[in-house]
Amino acid sequence: MADEPEVVAQREALVEGEGTLAPTSDVAVAAHHALDGVEPRPGVAKPDPILVVDGLRRRFGGLVAVDVEHLEISRGAITALIGPNGAGKSTLFNLLTGFDTPDHGTWTFDGTPIGGKRADQIARRGLVRSFQLTKALSRLTVMQNMMLAGSEQVGEHFLSALLPRRWRHQEQELERQADELLVRFRLDHMRDELAGTLSGGQRKLLDMARALMTDPKLVCLDEPMAGVNPALTQSLLGHVTGLRDLGMTVVFVEHDIDVVMTISDWVVVLGEGCVIAEGRPQSVARDPRVIEAYLGSDTEDEL
Amino acid sequence: MPASPPTRTEPELALHAEDVVAGYIAGIDILNGCTVEVRKGELVGVIGPNGAGKSTLIKAVFGLVPVRTGRVRLGERDITNLKANQLVAAGVGYVPQNNNVFPSLTVDENLEMGLYLRPRKLRERREVVSELFPLLRDRRNQRAGSLSGGERQMVAMARAMMMDPDVMLLDEPSAGLSPKLQAEVFRRVREVNGTGVSVLMVEQNARRCLQICDRAYVLDQGRNAYTDTGQSLLHDPKVVELYLGTLAQG
Repeated sequence: MADEPEVVAQREALVEGEGTLAPTSDVAVAAHHALDGVEPRPGVAKPDPILVVDGLRRRFGGLVAVDVEHLEISRGAITALIGPNGAGKSTLFNLLTGFDTPDHGTWTFDGTPIGGKRADQIARRGLVRSFQLTKALSRLTVMQNMMLAGSEQVGEHFLSALLPRRWRHQEQELERQADELLVRFRLDHMRDELAGTLSGGQRKLLDMARALMTDPKLVCLDEPMAGVNPALTQSLLGHVTGLRDLGMTVVFVEHDIDVVMTISDWVVVLGEGCVIAEGRPQSVARDPRVIEAYLGSDTEDEL
Repeated sequence: MPASPPTRTEPELALHAEDVVAGYIAGIDILNGCTVEVRKGELVGVIGPNGAGKSTLIKAVFGLVPVRTGRVRLGERDITNLKANQLVAAGVGYVPQNNNVFPSLTVDENLEMGLYLRPRKLRERREVVSELFPLLRDRRNQRAGSLSGGERQMVAMARAMMMDPDVMLLDEPSAGLSPKLQAEVFRRVREVNGTGVSVLMVEQNARRCLQICDRAYVLDQGRNAYTDTGQSLLHDPKVVELYLGTLAQG
């Protein structure tokens, strides 16, 4: 029995019926099936890769954090990147998105080499990311955080900034887009609060919503569900699969294996910086190396 | 809030937070009259949606966020708004969610910091704690900053155990850990509880939390939404629908 029915009733109003997590649009179905014949082996070639990584290596002193010989990310699909703590998942994200510089290696995004480009240049090409530890600007409101992410803003230029009529329309458009995203991520009630007052999970949501302000082609999500409560996780998953339905490619790092199994088209397993396995979720979950390195055997029973 | 749940023989409470109202910014309350009891030797979990006030509750109990109204008692003693150092001396251990080790100190030094108030007991307590966390014995001279996420969590818990607390407060001990390590951390929490320490644990991994705790509270908007045994909550269809999600039922 509920202690406070009124609180529970309010929650009920918030948790609405969840949509299906399976691919619904034609592009998403096509992206899912594009991987059908692909062999589950590290470094395997995909029919239509959007991101191709070659010989990427990053050392921190004596520790080789990332050492990826060859990796292809399939266009339009949801790829999960899993592996034990310290396997190099976040470092790989950092390298690919220009937040860190590799010792050597190249990678091409949508046919263009983007190695050595700055993070902002890479983002402008359509490869954006979220962070494991959120980086909301705490002294700005939620809305201001969102607006800041919109790219190619006319008002950013000094002279146009002086002429409101040149940017007002664009700004209204961005605001509409931001409001839509805030509703989708259930942050609309916090719209005008300072981002610093958000809870850990809400910051996570803001981070993800903000990444989508740029209409990216590929989104890298670093532990998007960590710190988000389970009921919300489910609707967030709906949003992630929704991105795929819109034709976006998603790569995400996640520890919640149920999440990985539910939404990914493909899973890449990192261990000590290298790709140790990749394949369909079901085949990866049965891979003895993955069980050994990451999943552990039947942890549920031990509790 | 109703006065108090019907009680058979009044259980002895290790910790009792009663109608707590607390928040960070003047005028904005995060906790709106939240009540949590931990009986002696109990492992109590707190789960709830984002922004429900879970971490705030732990911080309010530990004096890191001012309690505006309501009170917190440790056994019979009123500890409302005592300072963190006074609480540690009174027998409350606290493991923060982030940055919970001294990265530049070795594991041993971290443990020593945990016993800062009672240095004479160092040898004895270190023995006891090493029994509980054998892994740390192999790492004793390693800098805590060089440890993995799971190991750091062990160090933080071990450090809180150094003072031989009556009550341990854990703020999302499994956050950011791989499934294997999460299981390991939860196992340690159980073991710590098994030594007689009453535990209040806030967790994001609601299912796992309910699986291992004796009783749990579901917090929502700074108030109590549900209270029951972990198992009953785990199987309450309403709780599943609203707070657990149906994703991982199998």
